[in-house]
Amino acid sequence: MKSSDIRALLDEPACSHNHKEKSGCARPKPGATAGGCSFDGAQITLLPIADVAHIVHGPIGCAGSSWDNRGTRSSGVRLFRIGMTTDLSETDVVMGRGEKRLFHAIKQAIDSYSPAAVFVYNTCVPALIGDDVEAVCKATSERWGTPVVPVDAAGFYGTKNLGNRLAGEAMLKHVIGTREPEAAAPRADGLPTYDVNLIGEYNIAGEFWHVAPLFDELGLRILSTLSGDARFREVQTMHRARVNMVVCAKALLNVARKLRDNYGQPFFEGSFYGVADMSSALRDFARLLADADLVRRTEAVIAREEARSTAALEPWRRRLEGKRVLLYTGGVKSWSIVSALQDLGMTVVATGTRKSTEEDKARIRELMGDDARMIDEGSASTLLSIYKEYRADILIAGGRNLYTALKARIPFLDINQEREFGYAGYDGMVELARQLALSIESPVWDAVRRPAPWATQRGQAGAPAAAVGEGARKNG
Amino acid sequence: MAEIIHWKKALAVNPLKVSQTLGASLVFLGIRHSLPLMHGSQGCTAFGKVFFVRHFREPVPLQTTAMDQVSTIMGADENIIEALRTLCDKSSPEVIGLVTTGLSETQGTDIRRVLRDFRSAHPTFDHVTVVPVNTPDTIGCLESGYALAVESLIETLVPESRCVGKRPRQVNVLASAMLTPGDIEAVKEWIEAFGLRPVFVPDIGDSLDGHLDEGEFSPLTIGGTPRSEIARMGESIATLVLGASLNTAADLLKAATGVPDHRFVGLMGLDACDEFTQVLTMISGQPVPPGIERQRAQLQDAMVDSHFMLGFARFALAADPDLLRMLVRFLTGMGAEIVAAVSPAKAEGLGHLPIAKVIVGDLEDLETQARAAGAQVLIANSHALESARRLGLPLLRAGFPQYDLVGAYARTWVGYRGTRQTLFDLANLILGQHHELEPYRSIYRTAARNDERSSQADLLASPATGLVPQG
Repeated sequence: MKSSDIRALLDEPACSHNHKEKSGCARPKPGATAGGCSFDGAQITLLPIADVAHIVHGPIGCAGSSWDNRGTRSSGVRLFRIGMTTDLSETDVVMGRGEKRLFHAIKQAIDSYSPAAVFVYNTCVPALIGDDVEAVCKATSERWGTPVVPVDAAGFYGTKNLGNRLAGEAMLKHVIGTREPEAAAPRADGLPTYDVNLIGEYNIAGEFWHVAPLFDELGLRILSTLSGDARFREVQTMHRARVNMVVCAKALLNVARKLRDNYGQPFFEGSFYGVADMSSALRDFARLLADADLVRRTEAVIAREEARSTAALEPWRRRLEGKRVLLYTGGVKSWSIVSALQDLGMTVVATGTRKSTEEDKARIRELMGDDARMIDEGSASTLLSIYKEYRADILIAGGRNLYTALKARIPFLDINQEREFGYAGYDGMVELARQLALSIESPVWDAVRRPAPWATQRGQAGAPAAAVGEGARKNG
Repeated sequence: MAEIIHWKKALAVNPLKVSQTLGASLVFLGIRHSLPLMHGSQGCTAFGKVFFVRHFREPVPLQTTAMDQVSTIMGADENIIEALRTLCDKSSPEVIGLVTTGLSETQGTDIRRVLRDFRSAHPTFDHVTVVPVNTPDTIGCLESGYALAVESLIETLVPESRCVGKRPRQVNVLASAMLTPGDIEAVKEWIEAFGLRPVFVPDIGDSLDGHLDEGEFSPLTIGGTPRSEIARMGESIATLVLGASLNTAADLLKAATGVPDHRFVGLMGLDACDEFTQVLTMISGQPVPPGIERQRAQLQDAMVDSHFMLGFARFALAADPDLLRMLVRFLTGMGAEIVAAVSPAKAEGLGHLPIAKVIVGDLEDLETQARAAGAQVLIANSHALESARRLGLPLLRAGFPQYDLVGAYARTWVGYRGTRQTLFDLANLILGQHHELEPYRSIYRTAARNDERSSQADLLASPATGLVPQG
């Protein structure tokens, strides 16, 4: 991959990050960097395509500690859960046998698993020694008649976010537009069917299944998602959708923009988290499809679902009302979850804005008021001290901060990729409320903050309960 | 004697192997006020962090030199120096483990030279020990990377000396990657029962055992062996080496200090435990404490109780070489059959195991072998769960990573008690699969028993449910 190509990708005109200097391409700082690499990002984006053989081309470091670790779910075939790597050995690297090995590896994957397609992820070592992955993919594809798609996203190219884009580019270049969709069967109720795509929806913990029935009811056929519970043949047809929704993902805006420019598909950015956002996503589909009857039916569904949801959330709302939340998550989620929490009567005392745009921040001010505390840098010790300063009742953040919170004896809710519970849609809100109450109301917090009975003679100073009120310890 | 089979598959499917880089990092997680620094792209560290966090359910300190496109091509020496300077400045560690990755190894880094450059440029950080470890992921596996780090730790921190026994109650313990924090605690108590004071290298039992600490957050390890203790390993009266992967490390320690060592393949099963106890009583000059005698007798009892279930039972195992060796010896010692043994990498001594063959391969090989040989129980890491599901077999999780159940780090495998609990667990997995004989219904009795099925349905709905054989 040329560095000019990478620069072009980092310059995403549809991305609101671009209007401000925050471009996400700052050089990572040695010794003070967190977060994944481009390979990580590419794999996250494409791995949920369930009937594809995903081959990681490189030594064991890349696949060995990362295969089968996503929370994404498939409704049927589970080929994506089979970890595959060329596991390059020292002799492969020294003798330049990487390409040959990849060639045979692709054949082996096709022979043993008959995948719909093979995706080959390039990684640092073969990128450095110059394996021509694209040529191998082309040769194997021609020879065995199974599509073999190169995903050139070596880790050292850059961040996870760049990897998301590289994956999107690979789909645009090699997959989307290579097959025409079948016509939808006429509905029994005579209503029209509209084809749509969801970009950046990963079906974490199966959460999209909370939402999918509403799409069916309204006549919105999901041609493909990128890429939760997707199949290769569906991704091939994405160019035929009438409308695209970009779900919580600035990273894949390049796909939406190019689908718009090349195929005239309008797109909107939205989220399925929280009642308000869920409803507005459905409204946006109806609006962009410009069908008055669909707009009317959508409003009816929204009214029905919101009423149902209000009733289901009522008991939870009473328990969670007035509880204070410290939210630390990136981008769109920084406000979409805020509105979800406010729906529950909770107060969001501060929110993370590390990956947020100016628009995101404007939405936050709108929701939380002008004195909303925004956290740009969320190291563990910063989060803990803000938690105390604002007397929060729970920290909501990604899995990376999970054990930081638990070590400090504070309630926690995991909001990112690896989580076990689905929060999307009207029904997902009930699950969110349940999980919040579960951690906030747990009797374990009092128990673990209480000093041992025999510790009282020494006074509170050395006791854990007192430590909660103090600043975070620096060096152990 | 086992035949070592290394199929030349181009594609590894469901990898069993974990990189040497991660193994080396694990060692530094068992050293006090320390952290591993991976020399590679930021993804190497991010994956490693998630890997260990999910396994131990602990915050894990781990940093990266963050090689990008420019430094990958033009040289990344400056990344190392900047990362070391930043870490020394921000977190004041006692020890930093500088470990390489496939990327920096292929680039051709010379971390020892860069380290000398760092020392001459930044003498203010001389008090911070930096331990360099070369761990390309194109060879070896987690366990061998771990062993390389222990070797470098000894070379860096243990001075040449001849003062064996200056601390007459102190014994060194070189602990292989096969030992869990729970194992290390158990071995510690075992040694202390003889009035001895063990120095573990490393000691993940003190840092990754999962305990709520009084402090809330630390960018460094919150436990583990202090650097000062490692420096005085030459004053011990003996070294106990747990795991054959640490033989080279043991040679280095012995050459540097002259402390005599005793080497053990593993501490599971009566014979292995007895051998260890015997050495402890010899080193300490103390009789075996009654508590340990009792544990031994309990294990003997469990062995006779469970031999009905474990005898002839067919096991399929996949693990790094040390763990594989220990499990094979333990299980064959119970009369079980090992129908598949898979190791992610070659290692000395695998050929001496008392089984027909050892496959160097992946979890696909385990699954194929287990199916062909009609295995009854799988022992492997959490990744084998999908294989177990396809095979319809129970899985006892062992090795790295274990992420789907809680408490893997706390499980004790070794010692009399650990062995006993493992016997119970394995026997129960076998009992859970017990198949009743299909009843034979005589042609003469059908008419008389026509109404039996409905009466059984009544029973199932009654409080007697559970007493009725199901299916």
